Amino acid sequence: MDYLNAFWVGGLICALCQILLEKTKMMPGRIMVLLVCVGAVLSFFNLYDPFADYANAGASVPLLGFGHLLYQGVKEAVDKQGFIGLFTGGLKAGAVGTSGALIFGYLASLVFKPKMKD
Amino acid sequence: MKQIKGKQSTEFENDVYILGCASVVGKKEGEGPLGDNFDKVVEDPMFGQKSWEEAESEMQIEAARKVLEKCKISADDIRMIFAGDLLAQSIASCFGLVDLNRPLYGLFGACSTIGEAISLGAMAVAGGYANHVLSMTSSHFASVEKEFRFPLPYGNQRPPSSSWTVTGSGACVISSEKSNVKITGITSGKIVDFGLKDSQNMGGCMAPAAADTISQNMADFDRNPEDYDRIITGDLGKIGKEILMELMKQKGYDIRERYLDCGMLIFDSNTQDTNAGGSGCGCAATVLASTLIPKLVSGEWKRILFVPTGALMSKVSFFEGQSVPGIAQGVVLEHVGKEN
Amino acid sequence: MGSIKDDEKKKEYEQYVNQVTPKNNLFVQMVKAFVVGGLICDLGQVILNYCKSLNMDKETAGAWCSLTLIFISVVLTGLNLYQKLVSFAGAGALVPITGFANSVAAPAIEYQKEGQVFGVGCKIFNIAGPVILYGVFISWLLGLVYWILKLMHVV
Repeated sequence: MDYLNAFWVGGLICALCQILLEKTKMMPGRIMVLLVCVGAVLSFFNLYDPFADYANAGASVPLLGFGHLLYQGVKEAVDKQGFIGLFTGGLKAGAVGTSGALIFGYLASLVFKPKMKD
Repeated sequence: MKQIKGKQSTEFENDVYILGCASVVGKKEGEGPLGDNFDKVVEDPMFGQKSWEEAESEMQIEAARKVLEKCKISADDIRMIFAGDLLAQSIASCFGLVDLNRPLYGLFGACSTIGEAISLGAMAVAGGYANHVLSMTSSHFASVEKEFRFPLPYGNQRPPSSSWTVTGSGACVISSEKSNVKITGITSGKIVDFGLKDSQNMGGCMAPAAADTISQNMADFDRNPEDYDRIITGDLGKIGKEILMELMKQKGYDIRERYLDCGMLIFDSNTQDTNAGGSGCGCAATVLASTLIPKLVSGEWKRILFVPTGALMSKVSFFEGQSVPGIAQGVVLEHVGKEN
Repeated sequence: MGSIKDDEKKKEYEQYVNQVTPKNNLFVQMVKAFVVGGLICDLGQVILNYCKSLNMDKETAGAWCSLTLIFISVVLTGLNLYQKLVSFAGAGALVPITGFANSVAAPAIEYQKEGQVFGVGCKIFNIAGPVILYGVFISWLLGLVYWILKLMHVV
């Protein structure tokens, strides 16, 4: 059951973004930024958790989930540490995604060579 | 003979010939409809070099050497070189041609560079300042993608209006020495901006410039489309072609019957996934060298108007929200029979 | 002739170009994005379920899921396969975190010729940088609002 929910919710988010790609001149980079920001905003209004409970990976795998993660990190840090939490919480919550991408990306640069498109 | 013609054109009093030309291309171009026409097809996209930029330089020097070989002259016979490419500061040309050890005038005309190079070369020869001039250009899919769009491994979807940058270098020797192909005149192109900002639709950006130069050529030389066997643009592609036909119609010229576009000739968009067609400096240059000039040599065509087009932009100008203006350089090429 | 200076006329030309420019079939593109995006999410679900079966807590399971997907994406990028997936599925491959990983691995692989510091180092975040910048900034901004609301005892 959870596979079905993850499939259709995740797929729907992608399909909606495809509309943006086709109908507007928006570049992929801008769409990624939009997703992260929307995720953070939804999280702020407590709308993300019920959505995530229903769709599981369908909500956490898209970049929306990354925005949610970042905001929750800041919120928890503010709860625990007050004002300084605004600065300790965000990047820390996004650490896995950011470090993972950086580290594996760098290792890839040592192993792989750029190839021509055909 | 009055050499200054109309508003933008020149008719050469002294004879200027294309002594010979050569083209070196990559794998995809070799697999296209014109594959057999090119002098050399290189399968390795790196051309045995360490980077895309060095590969493009290697391609240029190979094309240069080939054209010298075909013309039976040496590098020392070349008085000056007119060359350019799409990379920042034209490094492909600068590093590629250093071994020729001849004077170089570096150019930037985006994809119209071969038109610019031939125009300036013809002026040098017609003016008596050189007996042999080398005019050439190149483009490489990977180096251009990296410079203007995204690193190659980055995934992106190409819209139907996008074009495929040709990996190729085309070179011509322009000379006062007689041959079967004469450069009888040029129409120097001006920048034409219709305000379009879509860098993924080059045809739309450049078509106005092509329309401007072609119609100016007709006006300056007092000619009609029928006076040319063919009118050939560089890389307007499918969409640019339709826009050009419409713009020319508005000016009172119907050129559809005799119109060709190098970008549409070099690739088969049905099988090669090249959408609107080929583009890049190398597109017009390699098609000219491999396919157009031979038809003039044989006499199949008596007179053509060759109009490579360029889109003038940089990454910075694009991100700062500026439009993409176009430019088109016109060159009139004529067949010269053995009896002449 | 020459360039167009009048903004109205520029718009007219832009509209005309839009008219004659062919576009992809939106429905087909959406379906492709839907299916591939859904499948990538399901892959994430498989990983999450496996982690839960090992009795990991939600947070750790989520971390493993992200990391595994990123790893797969980077390897596929290096093998020149991820780009083909994006070409086919568009947003279906760009929207999941795998798209983010591809956008970091791609410049890393491409710019190695320009050196470790000025090539890979300076340009690795060429494409993904804005995601980190605006993600961190907006969560900070919203966090600030939250902190103020807390101070005012609204939350």
